[in-house]
Amino acid sequence: MSLLSLQRTMAKAVMQPLTPSEHMSQRAPNGDPMSKHAATFIKPNDRLTSFERLEIYNRQYWWRLMASLAEDFPGLQAVLGNRRFEALCKAYLTECPSRSFTLRNLGRDLEPWLKKNPRWAGSKQDIALDMLRLEWADIEAFDSGAEEPLRPADLAGTAGSNLRLTLQPYVQLLKLRYPVDTLVLEIKKFNDDTEFLSNAFRERRKRKRVSAVAQLKPKMIFLAVHRADDSVYFRRLEAAEYGLLLAIRNGMTLGQAVSAVFAKRSAHCEADLARVKEWFRNWSELGWFCSAPRKSAKK
Amino acid sequence: MPANRFNRFTDYGIGIGLRSPHYQHILTRKPVVDWFEIISENFMIDGGRPMHILDQILDQYRVVQHGVSMYFGSADRIDREHLRRLKDLVKRTKTPWLSDHLCWGSVDGRYTHDLLPMPYTFEAAAKTAQKIRDVRDYLEVPIAVENVSSYAEFHVSEMTEWEFLNEVVERADCGILLDVNNIYVSSQNHSFNPFDYINSVPAERVAQIHIAGHSKYEKYILDTHDHPVIDPVWKLYDRAIQRVGHTATLLEWDDSIPTFREVHNEALKANRFLAKSVLARAV
Repeated sequence: MSLLSLQRTMAKAVMQPLTPSEHMSQRAPNGDPMSKHAATFIKPNDRLTSFERLEIYNRQYWWRLMASLAEDFPGLQAVLGNRRFEALCKAYLTECPSRSFTLRNLGRDLEPWLKKNPRWAGSKQDIALDMLRLEWADIEAFDSGAEEPLRPADLAGTAGSNLRLTLQPYVQLLKLRYPVDTLVLEIKKFNDDTEFLSNAFRERRKRKRVSAVAQLKPKMIFLAVHRADDSVYFRRLEAAEYGLLLAIRNGMTLGQAVSAVFAKRSAHCEADLARVKEWFRNWSELGWFCSAPRKSAKK
Repeated sequence: MPANRFNRFTDYGIGIGLRSPHYQHILTRKPVVDWFEIISENFMIDGGRPMHILDQILDQYRVVQHGVSMYFGSADRIDREHLRRLKDLVKRTKTPWLSDHLCWGSVDGRYTHDLLPMPYTFEAAAKTAQKIRDVRDYLEVPIAVENVSSYAEFHVSEMTEWEFLNEVVERADCGILLDVNNIYVSSQNHSFNPFDYINSVPAERVAQIHIAGHSKYEKYILDTHDHPVIDPVWKLYDRAIQRVGHTATLLEWDDSIPTFREVHNEALKANRFLAKSVLARAV
């Protein structure tokens, strides 16, 4: 058996889903009994059969990847509940095995996958998708690059409708149908507060949180997920504020962006202008604009 | 032999793995530590807190990079994006050498995120050695490969694990990160004498040594890095030091991580063996 052939054979077996009791499947990917299949390439020893030796790797694979997704998406877990979350993760990993060298990217395709496979979230599809977007934005905001920010003074002499600004790579803009930011903040606080508490107490608190999720009502929100002093923050935005930032991110000049957002609102022109100035002052103070356009690195 | 071309003629002493629960202690108390080993993949990112912490550590400590996903033994081609990011990090840390595992973990672009055991064949040795050479040439830094713990053996194997290790490092002309805990774990799982392994390693190629704890189950041992080092592993370490001399040693503790002081004190137990080796060579 060549190196490539052996690695393909073993990887298929290792990535095959565990049974509900978390053991290796009795059936191999090729349809043979797994005990027979394992024995074709793995030696038994005096304590373990070929099946049992392969099972060690099979279980470690699933436990490691499931733990990684649970760590990255605690909000989605709260929305769906543990059982449904686990079923969703298993289905996702089975269809979309990791294609990156780093576990950081394991959940990268979860949102598009769930859009195509809504049955895994059932009636919670909309809120689950919102939560996924927010939690992925959280990951991106945490470790994306940062360029030298433009400060208010840098912008003072350059203001003009033809000015084209660049948003920092770590600023993530979201339009969500549910106010899931409050839930994620609650989960983060819960994890900080209960780090040293017993598992039983944590479970009781968790159940309370899950029931709170069930009562979360739809409400459109606009959010910037960003970073300051190495910590990730969620900042609620007005709809027009979000629209303006999105237009800037998409490469419009300031003039084009303002026109696009306020085109139908000429009656409120002066008030709008004052708001826009205030927003720009805030964004500049937060360091969200940077001088040089930069392609965000591939993850 | 301790300072050799595979660790760029350094003699780093005793280090510990840089882990997030200890960041605050290290940055505020500034404890005296010979060096830190970082997991490369944790810092192959564009920015944010991890890079900020790393830069502060680099200002004050010596750092060596250790990877977990190069998969020298995978039949797959090298991931160019991985290499590019790794080279950026090498430039940043100025690591004197770089280590990763003698294992595989991906096939056809799909990653298991595990350190899977190699079939000990001449074909695998040749392909693995070529990949190590390619990575070294691209990164322009000495490479040391680490022996892994394993729980399975393959029918196709044509030699022992230590013969395979020797075959690979000779073909690649690279260094060895000798993990004595992994040798112990595999010796228990596969019923071989761990001293046969230690005694066969080409001492002049050992760039660094790993020590760690593990978890014992009824029928096998798992390499969990969540306990202190046990006496049989210290005995293997003693023998390794007798053979290779005063060599950069690192304690791995990755799960159920205790306080910084506990981890560091456990690592410093290696001193008694290192001191003995210095004395023996002086006599």
